[in-house]
Amino acid sequence: MSLINYSSREINCKVVYYGPGLGGKTTNIQYIYDKLAPDTKGKLVTLATEMDRTLFFDFLPLELGEVKGFKTRFHLYTVPGQVYYNASRKLILRGCDGIVFVADSSEARFDANVESLYNLHENLKEYDLDLDTIPFVMQWNKRDLPDALPVSELNEELNPEGFDHFGAVAYKGDGVFDTLKCVAKQVLRKLQTQPAGV
Amino acid sequence: MVRAEWAIFEEDFWAISNALEALVQSSQAKHVLLVDRTGQLIAQAGDEPTFDVQSFASLCAADFEANHALAKLIGEDDFANLYHQGAQDSMYLGKIAKGVVLAVIFDKSTTLGLVRLRVKKAVEELNVIIDGLYDKLQYRNEEYDPFDDEFSEGVEQEIDNLFVD
Repeated sequence: MSLINYSSREINCKVVYYGPGLGGKTTNIQYIYDKLAPDTKGKLVTLATEMDRTLFFDFLPLELGEVKGFKTRFHLYTVPGQVYYNASRKLILRGCDGIVFVADSSEARFDANVESLYNLHENLKEYDLDLDTIPFVMQWNKRDLPDALPVSELNEELNPEGFDHFGAVAYKGDGVFDTLKCVAKQVLRKLQTQPAGV
Repeated sequence: MVRAEWAIFEEDFWAISNALEALVQSSQAKHVLLVDRTGQLIAQAGDEPTFDVQSFASLCAADFEANHALAKLIGEDDFANLYHQGAQDSMYLGKIAKGVVLAVIFDKSTTLGLVRLRVKKAVEELNVIIDGLYDKLQYRNEEYDPFDDEFSEGVEQEIDNLFVD
């Protein structure tokens, strides 16, 4: 839910990284955090278990420079991927302006992708949202795995709607910024075309 | 034209800030912050915080949302207020209209009873402001609308410049 503050001249938008457990959502955020200059990023907050699995969410605020007197800020969140943390996932999705789905390209994780995508649809329904109206980008992560499925096959099975998509190797940074740029631009374009008070 | 799902206008921002300032004075709290339900900071008053307010706002909203879900699980509609007790500083959270959260941080120079009492009054006042603000979104047109093509191009340029390997 984007928030415009006309007094402090700020625009805040929320982007959520979704996907199956161990798919690389936190790795995406961590890479972005490591690469950005200190003055453009806030603190990276991670609520993780002792095993470094995301328990509730990761949170990273990013700040763009001023344009026409307004400062734009993106709040990046990840959700916990494990199936049994659905209550937490639902909470994080509330009010999001854009979604990145980080899919695991590995053949062995194909079913986990399907399940997570289905879960995303279900959770969005509860907020009266769907992927046709909310900015959405697919990321095929772990392209370097020996059992990575071809992108064409992943698109056919998981992205028949033809949403924007990027191949990625998140721990090396490949595709991480391409994905973020794409979703950020979609969110801002939607803000420009959105009718009043919606 | 208001483009976002919700927006804070100049006059509402000052009305909110005044209400928060009044709460700081009357409750003798250290900091008072207003956070929306997605974890975005709306306004704050009191001493300049020494902690990261962005992280605070994000965690605060998550805290409230998690407790809301807990309330539902045990058959309650919601927990209207939450209290976290610390050795030095404590926190009292109150729910405002539209899922907005009021967070009050206070130390031993005041009491929970006083904070609770003052928050109750502030919540009533803020409810009116926030509800009014939502009503306004239906018809309000801002005189200054930055969201034209020039704005989009500028922001996209910013995105390209910032997000590079």
